[in-house]
Amino acid sequence: MSDAVLQLTGITKRFGDLVANDNISLQLGAGEVLALLGENGAGKSTLVSILFGHYMADTGHIEVFGQPLPPGDPKAALAAGIGMVHQHFTLADNLSVLDNVMMGSEPLWQPFTRQHAARARLQDVAQRFGLTVDVNAQVGQLSVGERQRVEILKALYRGARILILDEPTAVLTPQESEALFAVLAEMVAQGLSIIFISHKLGEVLRVSHRVAVLRGGKLVAQADAKTSTQSQLAQWMVGHAITAPQRHPAKNTGAPICVLQKVHSGAGREKLKDVCLTLHAGEIVAIAGVSGNGQVALAELLCGTRRATSGRVELMGQALPAHPAQLVARGVARIPEDRHAVGVVGDLPVWENAVSERLRSPAFSSWGWVRRLAARAYAQRVIDAFDVRGGGASAPARSLSGGNMQKLILGRALLHPAPGAASHEAGPTRHDSAPTVPRLIVAHQPTWGLDIGAVAYVQAQLIAARDAGAAVLVISDDLDEVLTLGDRVAVIHGGYLSAARPAREWSREAIGLAMAGSADRNTVPVLTSEQKYKPL
Amino acid sequence: MRLEKRTQNSTQALILAPLGAVAFTLLMSALLVLWAGAPVGQTYGLLLQGGFGSVFAFSETLTRAIPLMLTGLAATVAFKARLFNIGAEGQLYMGALAAVAVGGMHGDTSLALHPAALFIMMMLAAALAGALMLLGPALMKARLGVDEVVTTLLLNFIVLLLVSLMLDGPMKDPTAMGWPQSVALVPELELSKLIEKTRVHTGLLWACALSVGLWALMKYTVLGFDIRAVGANPRAAAFAGVSVTRTVVMVAMLSGALAGLAGAIEVAGRTSYLTLDMSPGYGYTGIVIAMLAGLHPLGVVAASVLVAGVLVGADSMSRAVGVPTFIADVIVAISLISVLVATLLTQYRVKFK
Repeated sequence: MSDAVLQLTGITKRFGDLVANDNISLQLGAGEVLALLGENGAGKSTLVSILFGHYMADTGHIEVFGQPLPPGDPKAALAAGIGMVHQHFTLADNLSVLDNVMMGSEPLWQPFTRQHAARARLQDVAQRFGLTVDVNAQVGQLSVGERQRVEILKALYRGARILILDEPTAVLTPQESEALFAVLAEMVAQGLSIIFISHKLGEVLRVSHRVAVLRGGKLVAQADAKTSTQSQLAQWMVGHAITAPQRHPAKNTGAPICVLQKVHSGAGREKLKDVCLTLHAGEIVAIAGVSGNGQVALAELLCGTRRATSGRVELMGQALPAHPAQLVARGVARIPEDRHAVGVVGDLPVWENAVSERLRSPAFSSWGWVRRLAARAYAQRVIDAFDVRGGGASAPARSLSGGNMQKLILGRALLHPAPGAASHEAGPTRHDSAPTVPRLIVAHQPTWGLDIGAVAYVQAQLIAARDAGAAVLVISDDLDEVLTLGDRVAVIHGGYLSAARPAREWSREAIGLAMAGSADRNTVPVLTSEQKYKPL
Repeated sequence: MRLEKRTQNSTQALILAPLGAVAFTLLMSALLVLWAGAPVGQTYGLLLQGGFGSVFAFSETLTRAIPLMLTGLAATVAFKARLFNIGAEGQLYMGALAAVAVGGMHGDTSLALHPAALFIMMMLAAALAGALMLLGPALMKARLGVDEVVTTLLLNFIVLLLVSLMLDGPMKDPTAMGWPQSVALVPELELSKLIEKTRVHTGLLWACALSVGLWALMKYTVLGFDIRAVGANPRAAAFAGVSVTRTVVMVAMLSGALAGLAGAIEVAGRTSYLTLDMSPGYGYTGIVIAMLAGLHPLGVVAASVLVAGVLVGADSMSRAVGVPTFIADVIVAISLISVLVATLLTQYRVKFK
């Protein structure tokens, strides 16, 4: 690439004993897309925050276009031409696109805003980069993809020459991602430079020219995107070779375990409309969709924390019990979307969280008194069997890392407290009322925010549970995960659920269209075999 | 300057924080004592002596601590579940009113009941009256999202007016020379004294037993888990199968009952009849005690004795050196604030830019 527009030299940042960034030196050339790759906690966000002036580096310095950048000053970063698009948008929903873009860019003492000049300039910027958006529309009315365009426009309007995009595709449908990549290509062609933060290896290789990999605060590798492979990048990210879970099709799909018939539930954005779905023993049904289209309602319905307003939900031939404890007793394993807010009570110790779902069962309490020895013994079994690392059974659950917290939730859901009952030992044929293996697993975003190793572990556990005869429902925003796990795939949009079809009948494009709601939900386009998606 | 979360607990901070809180409280109070024109050393000395210096002083402190323990426990259990019950004062008076109604009203026409049975009935009535006072606010919070701080606080005034009405009306003692006070309890219902010639009564044992009981409940029972889980994270608690509404109602009944018992035990142990000035704000001080105790039931016992000692000590100190007794309230208030700040500083460190 040509001469550097951005030069980071020897950046080190410590938080207490933790070295978040360890002597990192990086260059960014004009017209270059640099992908910053790394797992959660690798130091990506810290590095970018230092660059944008939110944090001050302990040592090291930054040069932008040959000028030193004063540390710890976001305004200086903006003035130097650095723009940032956060993963969570910083837009006011009740204002128009134009207002959002102008906000903060005008001096306070100016009596009137200069709307006309601003509109003309904004339209000019939008046209130059192909970022079509209605300037007068209210931001609250826009789709997620459009909002992201507004964020990018906001940065460009302020004269950004270096754009930092933090996990930009996390909230987009595949089609929206493609549109974003086209915009990025246009910006690069006009000489802008981009730092692209992601943990999705495929798109990193597609979009970027160069990849920098962070691990444990250190810059472990830089490579040309053209000559890199996904497995190599993955190995750099985690420090050892990764074996992705083997996707093999369901062998013995059995009887229906859970049947939803014309289910309506909820109101507002989180609702279900006329949902029909059958989950069979020994299969994984994966639900794709842009978040906020009814996934929460569906997951809560099957986790016992939400009721259907009409329609029927059956679990093994009987109506779905109303209480979470009854669901768990009937063999429903539940993995909620937000492990911090819903999965565990962070202030309480690990062992209490391990038994919280089953505390009312005779195994863990009698006459209202908790059987602490049994509870602690069970918690220790979960910790050992699912390799939950951290402070042990007595440490508060909040002290666990995300991956270990998810292992705890997975473990308590899959491991039955009956002595000697391992999670997948009994065959799939037993249909008693108090099963010792999970009959139905409801996993909502089971791998969200986890590092690659933990993702592989969680996915492998779900596949193993399926092979042991459980019906598994995976609800995920991550299309790769849907296609990795799903034996059958359905798409949810606006509360409507498409028919669940075998994964091989779906293409990525077809799923993307259905996620955007443009496909008829009953007749989903089926693509030919050449076009079908091939997982990693 | 900003606060940064500590990545690990520092032992140094855990030891220094409470010491710093005490030192800061003494220092700030000393400034006020100086302002009042009294010698600091002598004032603190007298305060200590007045609260803890003799058997009589300590017995007075313990007497004062009994209702504080119970209202402190009432606040502890409620705050653990994040039900902010500010109405212990009103629940205390309702409990006292119920106790007097059961234990004093019938006089000569006395129900032909054994005193022990009557005593139990009196205590149950007081607990129930206190619990019912909090049931409404708890249900409104759980069902309608009405802020319980507002409802419980305002109920205090309604209860006080109701008590005033009763003491001037149907429950007025006709032999009290026109003073608004209730008839006295039947003598057999009064609690016996723990130490001869002092006022400290067996209510102390009741309060200590209840604090141990509450500690065991919180630590060893399913309901205790429910209360802690609902207080820490109601969404996660509901996901785990805890009925949040039911738990909040149970907590309200428990908290109200404890505050109601505070009123009954105060009547049975100390005053034997009810007046409108029976409680100098025990219900509100209970909140301070719960916070000072870090919402730990056993800590409530210690915190009550300490606060009661300062309040009692200030009475005798003020007679000697002429510093107003309000200094006791100021000391308690400053100690609360500094303990809260100290607790914060054990979890966060201050960073200067």
